Amino acid sequence: MTDATLPPETSAQPAKASRQPKSLYALDDLTRKRNAAEKRFQAYGIAAIAIGLFFLVVLAYAIISQGIPAFSRTVVEVEFTLTQEQYDAAEGTLFKTKAYEEIFINALSGQLTESGIETPVEPDAIERIVGKPGGTIRAFFRENEDQLGQAVRFDLAASSRVDGYMSGRITRDSMTDSRFLMSSDLDVVDNLVEAGVIKTVFNWPFITGADAGVDNAAAAGIGASVIGSFFMMLVVLFLSLPIGVAASIYLEEFAPQNRFTDLIEVNISNLAAVPSIVFGILGLAVFIQFMHLPQSAPLVGGLVLTLMTLPTIIISTRASLKAVPPSIRDAALGVGASKMQATFHHVLPLAMPGILTGTIIGLAQALGETAPLLLIGMVGFVARGYPDGFIAGFTEPNSAMPAQIYTWAARSDLAFTEKAWGGIIVLLIFLLSMNIIAIILRRRFERRW
Amino acid sequence: MPLFWLILIVLAIAAVGYVLGRSRAMSSAGGELSALHSLPSYYGTNVAMKVVVPAFLLLIVWLLAQPFYVNSVISGMIPETSIEEGSSRGLVIAEVRRAARGLDNAVASGAMTEEFASNARADIADVSARLKDAGQIVTTQITQPILLAAQRYRVLNSTGNWIMSVVVILVALFGAFWALRETNAEFRARNVVEKGVKAILIAAASIAILTTIGIVLSLVFNTWEFFRLYPASDFFFGLTWSPSFSGRGSSSQLGILPLLWGTFYISIVALVVAVPIGLFAAVYLSEYASPKVRAVAKPLLEVLAGIPTIVYGLFALLTVGPLLLSVFGNEGLGIMQAGTAVMTAGLVMGIMLIPFVSSLSDDIINAVPQAMRDGSYGLGATKSETVRQVILPAALPGIVGAILLAASRAIGETMIVVLGAGAAARLSLNPFEAMTTVTAKIVSQLTGDADFASPVALVAFALGMTLFVITLGLNIVALYIVRKYREQYD
Repeated sequence: MTDATLPPETSAQPAKASRQPKSLYALDDLTRKRNAAEKRFQAYGIAAIAIGLFFLVVLAYAIISQGIPAFSRTVVEVEFTLTQEQYDAAEGTLFKTKAYEEIFINALSGQLTESGIETPVEPDAIERIVGKPGGTIRAFFRENEDQLGQAVRFDLAASSRVDGYMSGRITRDSMTDSRFLMSSDLDVVDNLVEAGVIKTVFNWPFITGADAGVDNAAAAGIGASVIGSFFMMLVVLFLSLPIGVAASIYLEEFAPQNRFTDLIEVNISNLAAVPSIVFGILGLAVFIQFMHLPQSAPLVGGLVLTLMTLPTIIISTRASLKAVPPSIRDAALGVGASKMQATFHHVLPLAMPGILTGTIIGLAQALGETAPLLLIGMVGFVARGYPDGFIAGFTEPNSAMPAQIYTWAARSDLAFTEKAWGGIIVLLIFLLSMNIIAIILRRRFERRW
Repeated sequence: MPLFWLILIVLAIAAVGYVLGRSRAMSSAGGELSALHSLPSYYGTNVAMKVVVPAFLLLIVWLLAQPFYVNSVISGMIPETSIEEGSSRGLVIAEVRRAARGLDNAVASGAMTEEFASNARADIADVSARLKDAGQIVTTQITQPILLAAQRYRVLNSTGNWIMSVVVILVALFGAFWALRETNAEFRARNVVEKGVKAILIAAASIAILTTIGIVLSLVFNTWEFFRLYPASDFFFGLTWSPSFSGRGSSSQLGILPLLWGTFYISIVALVVAVPIGLFAAVYLSEYASPKVRAVAKPLLEVLAGIPTIVYGLFALLTVGPLLLSVFGNEGLGIMQAGTAVMTAGLVMGIMLIPFVSSLSDDIINAVPQAMRDGSYGLGATKSETVRQVILPAALPGIVGAILLAASRAIGETMIVVLGAGAAARLSLNPFEAMTTVTAKIVSQLTGDADFASPVALVAFALGMTLFVITLGLNIVALYIVRKYREQYD
């Protein structure tokens, strides 16, 4: 920008030429470049946040769009009457459920002709659509023999392929004829839907039911594993809250400055960063291999998750103890309380909301943890029913929500994939409500000094 | 459940002791509160504490020790001859335990009478048949020594449990009497109780140390066992990973290098995604964003950190994998064979790590003193120049620490790689190929019916040890850097 570089003809007044023509409002090149760099830098920042939020939206979309179908199910609603003679005859045959199926198919065909559908329905097609209704019907009438001879309305679960067709997982184009479903069946299904025999209802069995075998995706539910998770969380709550609070009180209020205290502190901060799978190895080696506690039991899962969440709870509890101002302690000591009394009567109650918030967040973290549960055998176990009682809930093998989701995800049938996404929605609802409770607690009770 | 009742009985004794101790103190002071050394409730607590603490300590020690004693007795009962070729004493003992549990369940469900189950001269075939009828799983035919040992096992356990109950209750009662005897108006109950409470607090704090010791011991012992069966040099320098579950692992090749390569490759992909996004997000949030934007964007980003990893795993397997496959697969560029690949797992893991990097860096950037920014602005620097030339260099050690912590997270992450990375162990540079990691192999070697005597199962502990050492090293370095950096500006 020296004068020497300027061509001579442009400088009528040589001395001032380089500075004068530009007003202060016009930016020179360097400033423009710097401002552009500034703009670009800011744009990078916005882009980074936008990418992060975009991933969040994609994740939420993937979960919701693929999980919602798990909450609806396709039922075949049939009303029919079983007479005493039919019942006796069916019970007398060798293949009892088969006999019931025949009765059922006859009744269904009758109902179809009644509602004016002329499509000839062959028994095989019915079997492909409804699955095997014989067992359900037989079980019902054996339980309620007094219902014989009366009209009973059944909501029978449709087979998983038909369910897939109704929820859009299987389309006419994508399917191939197999012994599970023929394309001609879909015409029948369409007619049945029109007649109001097949309908889609809210899938209560998914929420309350237990896991089913690999060949029966439609019947699988998450209820039993929710119970398993619940018992695990009970163990975690009743162990990690007292132990975590006690450890934090010691470290924050009583611990002298010495090697032992340092050792504890270093251990806690390291344990907080140890991969969760290592805790699974610990649980396998110590609780199962060494102590012979039952495999797949919520008790063992709870113990492992307790050890895993303790550092989190200790760190947050210490923070809320630290937030109580020293004047509270001084006042209590001043009127003659012992150190223990000052802590337990004054500091701890004031810190309690913060401690509870931290505990709930720690529990939420433990609820979603999967890797340690894989190692203590919660995945190989198919939770087919609810535990028998309160104590059995801790010691009997069960599954847990994340382990159940993993089990479903690992099965090859696409119908289980849908269940896995549905399970994730249930899991996230639990996590969300726990976090909301934590936020409300914090908003309502947290004091600022 | 006798154990449950035992605990209830001890607690009941403690409750009664509390009331008795309290009233005894009051009566020894003649109903005059000011004559007591401590508040009456301390006398009660003293009694309750001396009931509960020794009784429960004894209970825990007994529960840990009894299986050892029983195992050693049982082990002595099994003659060498009944241990089959290719089997081991541990397996036979497991069989004994299973048989004993089967007998217990059969008796409980009424399929057998107690006399029949404990009849030493019972016909083995008959017992097996009856156990099978009762729905108990009996893997192999029960042999005579196993049946005898199982019956002995039941007897030992039931007598052991009885003795334990009696001894624990006696200890509880003794504690109550002792504490009640020393209760009088001069007794310094508060000091004693506070000392006891402090001991309990210290014990609770020591659990962190115990956990670490437990982790280290369980890893070291099993790793040691593994290296006795499989040479350590082959494990650390072997280039192939092909466990064979048949033939007791003699033909297995268990080299860790392919697994380590997969782990680092996936972690690097994850960090390449997470570090720029997380860092720019942190800079924007702490330097540019208005408080309103910050209040919305920061918690939303942190939601990503609160989502369980199983969700990310499923997202990788079912959404990201097929998406990448449609672009890079045979219908697209043709360099990707299946949905599970390094790229899939790395990308999703990167998403998971974004909030981790951003909130740690945010804290560190906020810790840079305002005076440094003001000085830079005063010299005429723009905001971005200040960030690049003043704030980031000042915060660099802390940011490096944060990245190391994120790396340690990535290396230890399990569910995403189990579901998203594939199962084939290979040394390859193509990020669209399936590879596997240390964590994924720990899971696959230990799930299912693991037999803890074979190298293919024990290798998981050696893998766990390697993982633990690597993440521990990274954490220690990272924490050291972060702490040192914080002190610099405090």
